[in-house]
Amino acid sequence: MEKTVNQRAWFLVIPVLILVAFSSIIPMMTVVNYSFQDTFGGNNFFWVGLEWYRELLRSERLWDAFGRQLLFSSIILLIEVPLGILVALSMPKKGISASICLVLMSLPLLIPYNVVGTIWQVFGRADIGLLGRTLSDLGISYNYSQNAFDAWATVIAMDVWHWTSLVALLCYAGLRSIPNAYYQAAMIDQASRWSVFRFIELPKMRGVLMIAILLRFMDSFMIYTEPFVLTGGGPGNTTTFLSIDLVKMALGQFDLGPAAAFSLMYFLVILLISYVFYTVMITADKDEAQS
Amino acid sequence: MASITLENLAHSYHPNPDGDDDFALKDVNYTWEDGRAYALLGPSGCGKTTLLNIISGLLTPTHGRVLFADEDVTASSTAARNIAQVFQFPVVYDTMTVEQNLAFPLRNRRMEASYVAERVGRIAEMIGLQADLKKKARGLTSDLKQKISLGRGMVRDDVNAILFDEPLTVIDPHMKWELRTQLKSLHREFNHTMIYVTHDQTEALTFAEKVVVMHEGRVVQIGTPKELFETPAHSFVGYFIGSPGMNFVPVSVAGNKARLGDETFKLTHDYGNPNGDLKLGIRPEFISLTKGVGLPVRINRVQDVGRHKFINAALFDTEINITVDEGFEIETDMKNVILDPDKVSIFCDDWRIDAQSAGKMDGGAT
Ligand SMILES: Nc1ncnc2c1ncn2[C@@H]1O[C@H](COP(=O)(O)OP(=O)(O)OP(=O)(O)O)[C@@H](O)[C@H]1O
Ligand SMILES: [Mg+2]
Repeated sequence: MEKTVNQRAWFLVIPVLILVAFSSIIPMMTVVNYSFQDTFGGNNFFWVGLEWYRELLRSERLWDAFGRQLLFSSIILLIEVPLGILVALSMPKKGISASICLVLMSLPLLIPYNVVGTIWQVFGRADIGLLGRTLSDLGISYNYSQNAFDAWATVIAMDVWHWTSLVALLCYAGLRSIPNAYYQAAMIDQASRWSVFRFIELPKMRGVLMIAILLRFMDSFMIYTEPFVLTGGGPGNTTTFLSIDLVKMALGQFDLGPAAAFSLMYFLVILLISYVFYTVMITADKDEAQS
Repeated sequence: MASITLENLAHSYHPNPDGDDDFALKDVNYTWEDGRAYALLGPSGCGKTTLLNIISGLLTPTHGRVLFADEDVTASSTAARNIAQVFQFPVVYDTMTVEQNLAFPLRNRRMEASYVAERVGRIAEMIGLQADLKKKARGLTSDLKQKISLGRGMVRDDVNAILFDEPLTVIDPHMKWELRTQLKSLHREFNHTMIYVTHDQTEALTFAEKVVVMHEGRVVQIGTPKELFETPAHSFVGYFIGSPGMNFVPVSVAGNKARLGDETFKLTHDYGNPNGDLKLGIRPEFISLTKGVGLPVRINRVQDVGRHKFINAALFDTEINITVDEGFEIETDMKNVILDPDKVSIFCDDWRIDAQSAGKMDGGAT
């Protein structure tokens, strides 16, 4: 078939280009611009080249925050993914109880981030909080604002409470799409419960699990509001994750240059990890199909 | 291995069934003898899959019992019944290789590795999958997948029965014939009870020693292919078996005389004075077209299908089909038909009536 050459079609793309330019390209270029300059207040900027980047890469503060961030994301993925699968597997399959379950599961997802932080802040208080009070009554010393381990445990528990539903709901959708004939065949073949999971449910959930892991990774890597409300990054710096550190730097100290360089590196890291993750998953998928 | 008895079996998918229409299976009583090959024949939606699922334990019947030999297994699990079943649509375990798929039912029963390897080899050879054994099942075409399903159904040799639910629907016609032959030889070798569901009558008639015909949730007749063809117990069987199916002409009967329109037709037996909706049934093969002798007809059209010609004609306002050999010359003054009196059946309210007893065969075949 002959293709007609009609360059006017490009005009149709213009609205999108303008929108994207204003919503992301222009703000981002401002940040890029800041990251190469220094200022002493007023509106006087001068060029410093890659200085900020060099300084940041040498700073212990950034590497510590990065390490904490990786640890946090790994822990919550390790908890939320298996837990989400487990919840999805044990949810009722149909009827009114399934609907009730779905609504209950969606509730944590609908609560604004800062409210989640506040809920857990109150929940964990030793004087009035249900959790804090119960633990101290049981004789367990617990204080998330003093003890680093308690702070971590609380932040992780909060994230698990907030986001496991998302993984569970995605997995549930994946499970519901499995035709009944597969379960029937497995019964005829006398497969164990584990085999049914391993050879039927898990392969069919693969796609949604990939999305769930990606979403949870990106989101947890950028987490800000909840730990900020709960611990403010403390005690000390123990729960200061990358974004909390970034805000401290940009707004607390008003170091626009380093903060801009920080943001860009942060952005690139997330992009890079997500890309690697996605590529690995996709190629694994293709290999399976071909071999 | 044992015979399988179905006792007063009924099943409804409604939680609170109300009336006959809610039942997918209505009162099935039958004993499947050990080691025979059966075909279960019936139109779409008549309850074939439901019946198989009840036998294999995937469904618990609303009423009635399932017995293996004398043991009541109605409440037993699928695993306890040890039955193999092949489904209508291919089911394979995507992440496994073809070989692992075939071995899966054996491994689940913790068979020895050497035995598993031997069985998988045998089955792969039968269904022609040796070359693909190491391939992942997921990338295969649907007819290969169905062969894997079929193979998984046949791989265990200690099963009580093998149930096939239209296993060859997605398979190429030439391969169908080949696989059916393999199934028959498997049956001869191991003597498993086999129930083969199909709505293709040729498939049913070539596979089985006995054909069970179902219609609207009931078993209407069980018999050899010959019996189904010559003496259908229900007008549905007459219509469903044979192509084209049996012709039915409204009739009134008194003793051995049948009145068709304004002609009288002499029957070979005395039928007494049956009451109800009476029909005379005759297969297209047993009607001959003549000049001037017999009942008057008007020919509507002729269809040439190679070895036969199908003639569609009107006999007293009822459309009938006549089958003649391809060499038969139809002349314009052939305006009459003769019905072979030995092949005529009389149906009362859809059930065939027996000439000797002169009554209605209640419940027909059950
Ligand atoms: N899971 C189900 N829930 C509700 N109704 C069902 C279900 N399965 C089957 N039915 C109904 O029960 C009746 C018998 O279905 P069944 O699947 O046994 O028919 P079948 O003879 O196997 O048909 P086919 O040749 O199309 O496979 C049909 O009317 C069907 O709509
Ligand atoms: Mg069916």
